[in-house]
Amino acid sequence: MLLAIDTSTTAIGAAVHDGSEVLAVVVHEDARRHGELLAPAVAAVLGQAGVAREDLDEIVCGVGPGPFTGLRVGVVTALVLAHSLGLPAPAGICSLDALAHEVAHDPSHQRPERLLVATDARRKEVYWAVYELGPAGAHRVDGPAVARAADLPPDVRSLPVVGRGSELYPDALTNPIPGGPRDVDPGMLARLAVDLRAGGHPDFGTALLDPEPLYLRRPDAVAAPGTAMATTRPAAAP
Amino acid sequence: MTTEHEPLVLGIETSCDETGVGIVRGQTLLADTVASSVDEHARFGGVVPEVASRAHLEAMVPTIERACAQAGVRLQEVDAVAVTAGPGLAGALLVGVAAAKALAVGLGRPIYGVNHLAAHVAVDVVEHGPLPEPTMGLLVSGGHSNLLLVPDVTCDIRSLGATIDDAAGEAFDKVARLLGLPFPGGPHIDRAAREGNQVAIDFPRGLTSGRDMDRHRFDYSFSGLKTAVARWVKAREDSGEPVPVADVAASFQEAVVDVLTRKAVLACREHGVDDLLIGGGVAANSRLRAMAQERCDAAGVRLRVPRPGLCTDNGAMVAALGAEMVQKGREASRLDLPADSSQPVWQVSA
Ligand SMILES: [Zn+2]
Repeated sequence: MLLAIDTSTTAIGAAVHDGSEVLAVVVHEDARRHGELLAPAVAAVLGQAGVAREDLDEIVCGVGPGPFTGLRVGVVTALVLAHSLGLPAPAGICSLDALAHEVAHDPSHQRPERLLVATDARRKEVYWAVYELGPAGAHRVDGPAVARAADLPPDVRSLPVVGRGSELYPDALTNPIPGGPRDVDPGMLARLAVDLRAGGHPDFGTALLDPEPLYLRRPDAVAAPGTAMATTRPAAAP
Repeated sequence: MTTEHEPLVLGIETSCDETGVGIVRGQTLLADTVASSVDEHARFGGVVPEVASRAHLEAMVPTIERACAQAGVRLQEVDAVAVTAGPGLAGALLVGVAAAKALAVGLGRPIYGVNHLAAHVAVDVVEHGPLPEPTMGLLVSGGHSNLLLVPDVTCDIRSLGATIDDAAGEAFDKVARLLGLPFPGGPHIDRAAREGNQVAIDFPRGLTSGRDMDRHRFDYSFSGLKTAVARWVKAREDSGEPVPVADVAASFQEAVVDVLTRKAVLACREHGVDDLLIGGGVAANSRLRAMAQERCDAAGVRLRVPRPGLCTDNGAMVAALGAEMVQKGREASRLDLPADSSQPVWQVSA
C-alpha cells in the first residue's frame, strides 16, 4: 500500500495506490497554502481509500523542481510521516516525470514522440525537462533544469508541451497539448512509482531519487537584492 | 518525579535558524536537541531565510530521532505534538509546522500550534517548577524585546511593551560588528565588556525621559543607542586615536541592561507582580543577570532565569508549553492550522 505526495505545483495533494490501482486521490488547488492543506489531504485520502495509516508500506514524494517553500512542505511531510510509521525513508521522484507519465499513458491524447514539460518556477522562469515517449513510458532525455522559457533552444520551445509554462509564456512555448495536464496529479505520481518498482519503465533504476528537493537554484540567488538576508536575526523571532 | 500518566509531549521549533526538538513528560524535561545552521549564516552576518529553511528540512528527522534516543522513549509513545506556529520566518516555520502535522497524522495524536514567545516563558517550568500566576516575562533576543504580563501562559498573555525599533540582541550584533567582533555579537560583547569600564562612556538610555515614560512606559528603543555608539567610535577613529573596545562594549552593554531591567522591575511593581522571568538568547548575558538580580532583590521581586541552553530557541520550550496546555485541558489545534510569521503574542495557540 503506497501513499504518494506532491506539492511542487499549484495542486497540493496525496494519493493511495494498492499496487494494482489508485484507490483515492485528494487534491487542493492553491499555490499559497501548502502548509495548511496538505496534512488534511493526507488524512482525507487515507479515509477515502479506507486504508489505516498502519497499512501503508511505502511513501513516495515529488521532489520537484518546484517553488521551494511549498515543495519543502511535501518533502518534510513524507519524511516525517514515513519515520513516524516506522517505514523506510520515502523515495523521491522528479515531479516533472509524473506529468510526462500522464501524457504517455493517457489514451485520450495523441502521444507525441518528444514532449516538453514546463512548470512555473516563478521569477519569470520555468522548470523544464524533455522526454521521449514510447509504449513503455516516458524517458527523460534532458533536464530537469530552470530557465527563462524564451531562452530555451528553438527545437525545445517548439515541442508539444504540458504544464503551466505554456499558459504563462505562450509566446515562447507555442505548442501546448490541448487538454494536457497542468499540475502534478499525485495519483499519476503513485502510478509512476509502482511502474518504476515493477521494472519495464525506461527510467527504471534511475528515476527513484533520495527524498531531497531538486532546488536547481542556490539559496544566495533566491531572495531579491537587498532582501537576500536579514542584517541581523529577523524581527519576528526572538 | 516522572509518572507514567503525565502527558508525553514532543515539541518542534523552527522559527529561525535552529531546528529544535524537545520532549517533556508533564513538567519534566526528557530531551532537548538542537541542530543549528548558525555557522552557515555567520559569513553573511545574519540569518539567510532560504538557508535556514533548507537546513530545517535536512535536520528534521535526525533531530527527532536524537530527541527520542535522548529521552529514552519511542516516538509511538508520544501523547501529543506541539509546534511553534509563529512568530518567526515564514518559510522556516512552515517546515516545522508541516513536520508536526505529519507526526500528528502518523501517530494519530493531537497537535498544538503554539506561540514562540509564550514558549520562551513556559520553558522555565521544567527548570524551576510551576509558573506563579501572574508572572512578568522579559524576553530579550536577536528578534524581539518584549515585556509581557502573563496571568496564564496557556491562554492569557498581555503585551505591556516591546521594542519600537531594533531588538536588544540586534543592537548587540550591530555594535559587535562596529567593534570588529564576530557574529552573533552577544557573547563577544559580554566577554569584551568584562575587561572594560561600564561608566567610561555615557551612552543614551532610550525611552526613559519623562515624556517617553508617559507614552512608551514599557517600550524599548535601541536604535538611537546603536547610532550613538557608531558616532562615538567614528569620532575616535577620525581623530586617529585607538578605539577602547572593552570600554565601548561595557558602556554599551550597561546602557542596554539598565533600561531592560529598570522597566521590567517597574512593571512588576506597578502591576503587583512578584515574579520576573527573563528569557530569550540575551538572557545569557552575565551583566543582565547580575543587574536584574540586584534590582529584583531591592524591589522584593523573585527572579527566574532558565539556564542559557533553555533561553535560546529550542524544542523543549515548545514541548513544555504543549504539556502545560494538555494538562490544563486546552483545546488542540486543527490539522489545517497555518504558520503565522507575525502571530501576535496574545494569541497563545493557533
Ligand atoms: Zn526565540
